[in-house]
Amino acid sequence: MTATPAVSIKNLKIALPKSAERPYAVDGVSIDLIPGEIVCVVGESGSGKSMCAHALMGLLPDTVKTETGEVLFEGQNLLKLDESGWREVRGRGIAMVFQEPMTALNPLMRIGDQMMEMFEAHNRLTPKERRAKALSLAREVGLPDPERIIRAYPHQLSGGQRQRAMIAMALALEPSVLVADEPTTALDVTTQAQILKLIRNLQRSRNMAVMFITHDFGVVADIADRVVVLRHGKIVEEGSIDAVFRNPQHDYTKALLAAVPSMHPPVRAPLDENARAVEVIGLDKTYVTSGGWFKPDRRVQAANEVTFSIMQGETVGLVGESGSGKSSVARLVMRLIEADRGTVRIGDVDLTALEGKALRAQRHRIQMIFQDPFASLNPRRRVGQIITDGPIARGADPKVAMQRARDLLGMVGLDAGALDRYPHEFSGGQRQRLGIARALAMDPEIIVADEAVSALDVSVQAQVLKLLEDLKARLGLSMLFITHDLRVAAQICDRIAVMQRGVIVELKPTAQLFAAPEHPYTRELLGAVPGQSSPSQAA
Amino acid sequence: MKKFWKLMLRNPGGLIGLIIITIAIFIALFGQMIFPTSPWRMVQRPFLPPFTNPMVTLGTDALGRDVFAGLIYGARVSLLVGLVSTTVALTIGVPVGAIAGYFGGKVDDALMRFTEFFQTIPSFPLAIVLVAILQPSIYSIVGSIAIVSWPPVARLVRGEVLSLRTREYVQAAIVTGQSNTWIISREILPNALSPVIVLASLMVANAILLESSLSFLGLGDPNLMSWGYMVGAGRTVIRQAWWITVFPGIAILISVLGMNLIGEGLNDALNPRLAKDSR
Amino acid sequence: MLSFVAQRIVKGVFVLIAIIVMNFFLIRLAPGDPAAVMAGEAGASDAQFVQQLREKFSLDKPLPEQLFIYVKGVVTLDLGFSFRQQMPVAKLIAERLPATLLLTLTAFGISLLLGITFGTLAARFAGTWADTAITVSALLFYATPIFWVALMSILLFSVYLGWLPSFGYETVGGNFTGWAHVKDVALHLVMPAMTIGLFFMATYTRMTRASMLEVKRLDFVKTARAKGLRDNIIQRRHVLRNALLPVVTLAGVHSGTLVGGAVLTETVFAWPGIGRLLYEALLQRDYNLLLGVFVVCSAMVLIFNLVTDLVYRLVDPRIEFAS
Repeated sequence: MTATPAVSIKNLKIALPKSAERPYAVDGVSIDLIPGEIVCVVGESGSGKSMCAHALMGLLPDTVKTETGEVLFEGQNLLKLDESGWREVRGRGIAMVFQEPMTALNPLMRIGDQMMEMFEAHNRLTPKERRAKALSLAREVGLPDPERIIRAYPHQLSGGQRQRAMIAMALALEPSVLVADEPTTALDVTTQAQILKLIRNLQRSRNMAVMFITHDFGVVADIADRVVVLRHGKIVEEGSIDAVFRNPQHDYTKALLAAVPSMHPPVRAPLDENARAVEVIGLDKTYVTSGGWFKPDRRVQAANEVTFSIMQGETVGLVGESGSGKSSVARLVMRLIEADRGTVRIGDVDLTALEGKALRAQRHRIQMIFQDPFASLNPRRRVGQIITDGPIARGADPKVAMQRARDLLGMVGLDAGALDRYPHEFSGGQRQRLGIARALAMDPEIIVADEAVSALDVSVQAQVLKLLEDLKARLGLSMLFITHDLRVAAQICDRIAVMQRGVIVELKPTAQLFAAPEHPYTRELLGAVPGQSSPSQAA
Repeated sequence: MKKFWKLMLRNPGGLIGLIIITIAIFIALFGQMIFPTSPWRMVQRPFLPPFTNPMVTLGTDALGRDVFAGLIYGARVSLLVGLVSTTVALTIGVPVGAIAGYFGGKVDDALMRFTEFFQTIPSFPLAIVLVAILQPSIYSIVGSIAIVSWPPVARLVRGEVLSLRTREYVQAAIVTGQSNTWIISREILPNALSPVIVLASLMVANAILLESSLSFLGLGDPNLMSWGYMVGAGRTVIRQAWWITVFPGIAILISVLGMNLIGEGLNDALNPRLAKDSR
Repeated sequence: MLSFVAQRIVKGVFVLIAIIVMNFFLIRLAPGDPAAVMAGEAGASDAQFVQQLREKFSLDKPLPEQLFIYVKGVVTLDLGFSFRQQMPVAKLIAERLPATLLLTLTAFGISLLLGITFGTLAARFAGTWADTAITVSALLFYATPIFWVALMSILLFSVYLGWLPSFGYETVGGNFTGWAHVKDVALHLVMPAMTIGLFFMATYTRMTRASMLEVKRLDFVKTARAKGLRDNIIQRRHVLRNALLPVVTLAGVHSGTLVGGAVLTETVFAWPGIGRLLYEALLQRDYNLLLGVFVVCSAMVLIFNLVTDLVYRLVDPRIEFAS
């Protein structure tokens, strides 16, 4: 590249506090951001990518210290600036968009006022001009009904609208550099696609330099011009998008790319012949929030006539965006929440007809793996207790149960020493394995996995998925797999049900669904999956 | 556990509180053996100023009773009332909150209406009315303090349980077929404990204040010497004999302060995340 | 908005009726036959008079009917008769109420203003000596019994320094009018108001400080910094406004304690409010008056709660009014 960089990060070293597991959060990183180019900084959690972004804004937490390095912008080293110097740069020269648009906006201020603050901070324009400018910005980022929306409060907007408002705010003073820290991670896939397009368009029309932080290679493929791969605070690979995707040099990059599930479902044998493991018939569930005496109740239909069945040995995927009701269906099937109507049958037992003791006696047949590896294990119980509590409640001999737990730990790839430890001593992926062991200890016939790999880094995700597949085959289990990630669903499911607003809009064998989606929503969902145009996927 | 003590002791406030309360408990337990002078007995002439007679260090009150002896005997009443009434309040509040939070729905509605009702009634006037009607005694005092202080416990426990019961590990316990009692006692309550412990220590402080206020108004147990009573008795002669009100007041202040400090220390130790940032 | 107020008022009335019902049973908890107790209060105790009282106050009727008569009486502001003072309870309370309102509202205003100011300062300079000084004094005031603060301030400001009057609402026999009267009352008000005010000031200081430190870490504060806003504006507009929400809630919760504080303070300073009235009722074992004051205190707390709820709803746009 010959163009002059808008910002250069040179040999940046950010020291972590002494108690941390490594000395540097960012260790000798140099990145040039060039006008008109989007640089994606990718890495797994803890790679230091977010620190780089915050260093550009002078917004590092107090606990870390910049040890060496320079950030050159408009001929000055930003790291040498005092607070008032930084204030001058922030917003005007370099602007930032954050990950979580709900918490990044002040809940007590109107959207328009928060946009206008940008001008106020830099003493630009009169209040009246600021208002006009806020309106035109709202229009530019595609917010519907700008007049109304700038008078709205953040909670009255959808997630995508909030992120648009954040972007509008960042663009207000026409900064030459935009830092986007995982700006689409908290959003649904269709909204994500729109926001990515918006950033791309704005960046082109304004010739901005963009630093885009993400963990998602699909997103990288869609938006990046150049890629920087970060691991443990060090750059392991850097290059143009084509070079990195087609011809990755470093093993870590190769592993990361290989871990991204493909959009092409593998061929699977049909299981129609098998007996039905689970039968779900006409499940209805409406949540009613009482509106008080004078207000109508708020009703959200989480499940509407949901009907499907799972054959023995089959994995059925339940796919949808947030609020589609997929998690509610999982909990209805588990009888964690009560359905308004409908039946769940396991083999020949009607689970929905049982109560109390009789229900508890059947529960072991269907077990659940949860989403959040940090919330799914009781922090005050040892791993041994966590795994054996269930079997002992069923009447197993504690000694036998403990021996079984030891075997199960081996099965999920952990050593038996784990039994005496507490959950907080394990990493996210290991905890998810513990969750699987707990479920298997009950000798279930069916596993319900609710976003079981969503919280994991992509490399760990691949391992856990593989483990699930292996165990399922070995133990002859059936599975209900809830996910928002169509790539994951493609790889693991025999059939997929697409849910939207509590309704299954399409239910088909996976290959068929991907090849010939019928329902418009399924098509929209499939089209929005990031990274389909990427060099590696096309190849 | 070791880590907990380390955190607790690292906090200077918590350490001071711990020292204060340890001394107070020691005095409450053994003070009467070491200083056997009855606080009701006339030992010297009335209105003897402090630091004039080494036998009666802190002077005498309007009836010639030893102020120092009063302080020693009062310690037992204050701490006893503080601890027992808090225990009683916890035994009401924790089950109410746990049941409301865990079962939700109509049970929750009913229990919370009930709790809210008690929380709306101004607590000190209610305590006064209860003690006045039931006649002042250590039992009516403990009882009425407990009655006015359980609602916050119930609300806190309910809130914790409500958030914990949707926690995934609790759902995991449900699907592995555990009973409700097991889930509440093993999975939920242990994890709701730390804020309750913090609240409890602040409640002890509050109960000590309430007891002293009741005694001050003449609603103390007539057979027990208490700090609040001493302040109340010295009030009319404050112009002649400041020491009668000053010393017991300081005793109340220090023990309440000690409990509050312990509460804050516990809070910092049990919620290390918040503690780190507030420094 | 209106419907919300209506809803809350109806709810408050229910709570009040429940309190009245509780009162009714509390009276019956008192030792002795109520009629005999009343007769004793009136200074007579012959059987005929007791029987008369029993009929007059429907004590000869079945319990549910008595309850109905009692509730109806209280709802129509008939709080019974104080035999000791030879006056209707309602009238006694009405005479004393303004003084209590003046005292508690002044104390509340002082404590909120100073508490928020000091809390903000402490949070702003967290970790410095200023923070330590504020935090430690707040902790001390929080732990000091109100009645003792009252006595100590009398000792200091009236007995030793002679700056302020130590009791009453106005100078006895002063007969001031106009501004002189206002000044006289204000001088009498300073110590009682500060006594209650200090305790609540301590509470609000601690709450404001903790809440501000909490809000400071939230994402939108980082957004504000990323805009290049000056720290003053960030603190005021983003941190403080959000941090005050829990303080408002706390103010509502603490209104009951405020009334309790008034009882102790008015007792010490001989302030002629309903708190002092409660104490007098206590001394004279005047149960009708005691319970009457108690009902009025509860009603005050209900109203105060309603007001704080309204304020909260006005400040926080996330809570929508029914339309």
